[in-house]
Order: sequence, then C-alpha cells, then structure tokens
Amino acid sequence: MLKIEHLTAGYGDKKVLEDINLTIEDGCVTALIGPNGSGKTTLIRAVSGVLPVMQGAITVDDRQVNTLTEQERARLISVVPQVRNIPPAFSVREVVALGRTPYLNWLGQFSTQDDQIVENALEQTDLMELAERLMADLSGGEQQRVLLARALAQDTRVMLLDEPTSHLDLQFQVNLMERVHRLAHPMEGIERDGHAVLAAVHDLNLLRMFSDRVVLLVKGRIEAEGTADEVLREEILSKAYRIPLHVIRDSETGKSAILPRL
Amino acid sequence: MSRTARPFVILGFLLVLALFVSVMAGSMFLSPAELWQAFTSRAGGGANGVEQSGVAATILFKLRLPRAILLLLVGAALAGSGAAYQGLFRNPLADPFLIGVASGAGLGAVVAMTIQWPYTAAGLAAVPLAAFAGATLAVLVVTRLARVGNSVPTTNLILAGVAVSSFASAVTSLLMINSTGELRRAMVWLLGGSALSGWNPVLGVLPYILAGCAVLLLLGHPLNVMQFGDEQAQQLGIPVRRVRRVTILAATLTTAAAVAFVGVIGFVGLVVPHILRLLWGGDYRRLLPLSMLGGAALLLLTDTVARTVIAPQEIPVGIITALLGAPFFLWVLRRSKSQNYW
Repeated sequence: MLKIEHLTAGYGDKKVLEDINLTIEDGCVTALIGPNGSGKTTLIRAVSGVLPVMQGAITVDDRQVNTLTEQERARLISVVPQVRNIPPAFSVREVVALGRTPYLNWLGQFSTQDDQIVENALEQTDLMELAERLMADLSGGEQQRVLLARALAQDTRVMLLDEPTSHLDLQFQVNLMERVHRLAHPMEGIERDGHAVLAAVHDLNLLRMFSDRVVLLVKGRIEAEGTADEVLREEILSKAYRIPLHVIRDSETGKSAILPRL
Repeated sequence: MSRTARPFVILGFLLVLALFVSVMAGSMFLSPAELWQAFTSRAGGGANGVEQSGVAATILFKLRLPRAILLLLVGAALAGSGAAYQGLFRNPLADPFLIGVASGAGLGAVVAMTIQWPYTAAGLAAVPLAAFAGATLAVLVVTRLARVGNSVPTTNLILAGVAVSSFASAVTSLLMINSTGELRRAMVWLLGGSALSGWNPVLGVLPYILAGCAVLLLLGHPLNVMQFGDEQAQQLGIPVRRVRRVTILAATLTTAAAVAFVGVIGFVGLVVPHILRLLWGGDYRRLLPLSMLGGAALLLLTDTVARTVIAPQEIPVGIITALLGAPFFLWVLRRSKSQNYW
C-alpha cells in the first residue's frame, strides 16, 4: 500500500505540488490524469525519491520512504519511465537484469535467484523470444515492455508509471496497460497480492480499461478522485482542461469517450 | 572457450606479446635466448657467460623492464580511467586528455617540479600529489562550467574541457619558460617522453594506480545502470551522487599519477575503450578490465615504436599517441554524428 500524506514538492523554491493526500491499496491501479504542467510527472518523481520532498510523508506498507537510501527505496518502489535515451547496445535480458540492482552485493554479482527472477519477468511480459536482441532493434512498444519487465524484476510492492504510452500506437497502448492491469489483479490461485500501481496517463479514453480509480490533478492539487464514472464527468473535466468537453456514453457497454465540444 | 573469457585471453596474450617486444627492442636488440640468460643469471647467479649476460641483464633489469612496467601501468590507468569517464558522462568522447584532467595534472606536476625535480624521495611523492591536486581542480572546474541544472551536456563538457585544458597548458608553458635550463627536459616529459628510469618511478606510481584501478573495477555495474540516466539509476537503487564522486576521484587519481610519472599522453583513454566497445560491447563490468589490459598493451607497443623508429633518438610517446589518436578522434566524432549507436 502506498500512502501519500500532505505532500508538498517542487523545484527550488517553486512548489509544484501542494498538500497531496492519496492512498493506493495493493491490487489497485490508479490512473493519474491532468493537463500538462499539472504536476503528474512531479508527483511520480517525488514518490520515487528523485525529487526531494519539501513537506509531508510517503509511506509504503508503513515504512517511510523519503528517508530511506536509494537501495532500500528501490526494493519498495519501481518506476516504468518513458522510453527515452535507451542505451541501444544493451540486450533485452541485460536491461531487465538491471532491475535486480537493489538486491546485488557490492561486487554486483547475480545469484541464481536473481537470474530466476529475471527469467520470470521476461516470461511474464512475453519477452523470452526477444531476450538476446539489442534494444536498438526493438520497436517503441517492445522497448516500453522491456522497461515494464525491468520494473517487474525489481520485485516491489508499488509500481509507478510515468506516461508510459504517450508516444505509442493504439495497439501498444492497450497491450501495455492490459499487462499493467493484470499485475495488479493476478489470476486466482496466485499467492501474492497484486501491485499497488500509480500510472500517469494522457489518454482519457483508454483508462477505463485498466484503472480502478482515477485521480485528477490540476495546478498541483487533487481536484477530483474516485472511480472513472465519478471523475470522468463533463463539468469536472471541462473545468480542469479549460475547454468544453463532451462525454459520450455507450448505453450498452457502459464505455464512454471524451471529445472536445466543437 | 566461453564467450566471456575470449576477450580477456586475447588481450592478455597481446599484453604479454607487447611486453616481450618492448624489452627486446631498442638500441641493442636482445634475443629471447639472451633474455632467458639474463633471467637465469639473475636468479641463480649464473656461472656461464657471465660477461655477456651481465650486459643484457643490466639493460633488461635497469632500463627496459622498469620502463616497460611503468608504461604498462600508465597505459592501464589511462585507458581504465578513460572508460570510466566515458561511462560517467555517457559520452564516447570523454577522455582524461580531452576533459582537461591530464592538462590539470600536468600543470600541478610542473608547479611541483619548479620547486623540486623528482629525483629525490620527497620529489617522487610531491609530484604525483601536486598532479592530483591540479587534476582534481581541473575536473571540478570543467564539470562546474559544463553543468546545466542536473546534467552535463556533451558539447558543454568538451568545450569546457578544451578551455580549461588550454588555460592549464598555457600556464604550464609559462612556468617552463621561466625555469631556465630545465626547459627541454620538462618539455620532453610533458610530451610523454619519460626522463625517468630505474625502478623508483615504478614503485612511486604503483600504489596510486593499483588503488585507483581497483576502485574503478568495482564500478562496472553502477556505471551500467547510469547509462540510463541519473534519474533511472536512482530509481533502480544506485546512490548516483556517491558513485559519481567515487568514479571521478578514482579516475582522476589514476590519471594524475600516470601524468606525474610519464607526462601527458593523450588519446589512449579515448581509443582503447572505444575499440573494445565496438568489438565486445559496452558492459562496463567487462569494458573496464578489458580497457586496462588493452591500454597497457597499446602503450607498450607505441613506446616501442617511439624508441626504435628513429633510433638512437627517441620520440616522446605522447607524440605518437597524438598522431594516431587525433585522426581517430575525428573519426569517432563523425561517426557519432551520423549514427547514434551510443
């Protein structure tokens, strides 16, 4: 469980996030939405420890994470970043293996258990066939899947995703987010609880497919929080995105689409 | 032979070969038989052919072997720290020479030399320390100048390196002009033509390079992770700030020690890791030790060329490495522009 209490964070003296309170239970995917500059990425960065916290507390299973070392924190929280500046000379397996970094000794040696976890992460993301390929030879969607596998290999309770699909084709977006959904909701008979997932996303139409809850961030504050039906409403979104929006609902499937009212 | 062992075996063999060539070649050629005799006579006090092997033994143990070992260590230090700088700055053009570290060390060493020429024990200790101080100062200034926010962009790094390097070289030249009489000697030293001989410099440089290289060898995995950027490295559990500090310290220490004892030798730290990366990939757990082996072999061979090509006169080895390295640098520059394989 990830718990954020009264979090204030920013760059230099400038506060980007103010008084954020948010709880994400295990087995729950929370979609983080909001216009550009609302602080989505800043929130992901603050929770992952890259950005210092000005005020407030972040806890994972009652352990305060902002005072932990990088190594300890990386055993609790993993991040799937956007595909950018991927060193192309690494093979898929090598990249996924880097997820074991917080568990290695000072010589950087992999135990057989580490190797096994890397194999499992490759299998879970259907990357076994690509394992020896170089990153440079993969498509954007495949590269993003490798970063997801790397986060899986980190074996954490909490997983953060920073706009992982924003530059992917529709098929890759759906594919990736379905996988994320499955992580949080493992099939019957699997021992462990699902991850607690916080995913910053841009696309308002796809998030119903994978998210259990939605958090709307506007100008560094939480403007709305709840189920997709509770948050994805015309009056709330139109105000947040400062453009008249129309929510079209399909009465048969219950699915909805959000379009600008033009 | 397993795929992981092969590069080590190849480079190890190359290094042994280079060592033999280096001690055989020179104004007086020593055959393998003479080398063998020199070794055995020294080991067992040799009853046969004492006269002849005496000369060979003197040349071998007093001149060629210490010089070879010195250059072997320096080559390993320069290529190892070059690989580490490249990994740290995520930049294939980072090299102790190009980012101003070597020139800073040179300035520090010359400052120390104008006070005391390094033949005494105190001089032997003072010069590397002064070189280390100069090199550290240079790298601090360069990274400070080149930094934008939290990152060190490539262009800034090279430009700041060139600026600091030129400045340090200018001051060095100024000091050398003032130090009358020693000018030529200091000049030769600065170009990487070691005026030192015997075992003292080997013993002097050994602790710095061993310690520095040992630390660098432990940084392979963190440097791998840091190829994904500081932010991702931190999220994967790497204490980025500490790793960066330790890397700079270790790489600068080895570079400074190398410069203090044999002068400013450029491009070894650029060329060797670069070729090895093309051949056997960019995994720093392998690249760092391989670079050290390769750098040692390359510098030994280059030095052999420098001593023999216009014998009996010697060309400072730094001139040879620059003649080979500068075109290579341009090739890398063009390549990294046309194809972003990094």
